[in-house]
Amino acid sequence: MRIDIAKDVLEHNDALAEQNRRRFAEAGVFVVDLMASPGAGKTTTILATIAALRDRYRIAVIEGDIASRVDAEKIAEHGIPAVQINTGGACHLESAMIQRAVDHLDLDALDLVIVENVGNLVCPTEFDLGEHAKVMILSVPEGHDKPYKYPGIFEISEAVILNKYDTLAVFDFDEAEFRSVVGRLNPRAPIFPMSAKTGEGVAAWADWLAARIEAVKEGRDDA
Amino acid sequence: MHEMGICDGILTAAVQAATSAGASRISRIEVSIGELTEVMDDALRFAFDALRRGTMAEEAVLAVNYLEARSQCTECGSEFRHDRFDPKCPECGSYVITLVQGRELRIDAIDAE
Ligand SMILES: Nc1nc2c(ncn2[C@@H]2O[C@H](COP(=O)(O)OP(=O)(O)O)[C@@H](O)[C@H]2O)c(=O)[nH]1
Ligand SMILES: [Mg+2]
Ligand SMILES: [Zn+2]
Ligand SMILES: [Zn+2]
Repeated sequence: MRIDIAKDVLEHNDALAEQNRRRFAEAGVFVVDLMASPGAGKTTTILATIAALRDRYRIAVIEGDIASRVDAEKIAEHGIPAVQINTGGACHLESAMIQRAVDHLDLDALDLVIVENVGNLVCPTEFDLGEHAKVMILSVPEGHDKPYKYPGIFEISEAVILNKYDTLAVFDFDEAEFRSVVGRLNPRAPIFPMSAKTGEGVAAWADWLAARIEAVKEGRDDA
Repeated sequence: MHEMGICDGILTAAVQAATSAGASRISRIEVSIGELTEVMDDALRFAFDALRRGTMAEEAVLAVNYLEARSQCTECGSEFRHDRFDPKCPECGSYVITLVQGRELRIDAIDAE
């Protein structure tokens, strides 16, 4: 016999993501999911973002990188609540993991939650976590042709950080070419050249985040 | 290898549907996958071969219908097929478009008995 199903394969993940989204909206907290290759500078970017915004906003971090507890500890040292997710070696985060992590946070006492996804440019693109925005970090040493190899992550990101901008002169990174490809894949996404290490360019990224945080606080952004 | 997770989702949905229809063997599973997803056919079939063992879909054929990327132009309203790197409206040249198809990961139907 033939049985029609017509169901989304990731329905379970999407349903839990929806629950997360509702929780974040009720608490008025903006949630951003940072995705990048291992070593691109996710943790360093998180620390730079905390430094830029901690006077204005109450921040927490959910650490999904598989490496170890090192990243969560680095963040906790700065007095910021950090929850480490044990992904058990998975190559991406799923909404159920976020749901469990969020139980350890007092959402009502927060304005911004930053999620560090697993270092991977493929898998995280398929999994809705219930976050407001996915943001991709590409670091200069990875090369300007990365978007040709991993177009999906550029398509779904609401902003792109071009990190390690301080190393631009050392690598043959063609910024014009990079901007043109990303612009074609995703014309709406702003690109933020930045050095999470020196702090150069962090302000523009922090301003973008602040605008999104304000929108959520005022109930204007429930995307 | 998120194809494992995706295959797991496919098999769970298939077995659930077959069970609630009183069937005990699945001979065919039909899925639709958008070409803008990050699913690789080889990896998907590898994962399927590994995961179907010991389930009622052990001998099932996995039929994949790949869906091309299609968008609607926000400026002029025309709908068109495009590749990832040049999602430009062929009518008016705009890049301001809304995707209508291409990111699907859907289980459509099964044959079971
Ligand atoms: N030169 C330079 N190095 C950076 C920058 N951001 C991060 N790094 C370095 O890159 C390495 C990996 O950074 P990390 O934040 O741990 O990457 P993650 O694996 O993506 O979290 C560390 O040695 C950082 O000091 C940057 O903007 N410029
Ligand atoms: Mg890290
Ligand atoms: Zn994977
Ligand atoms: Zn048009």
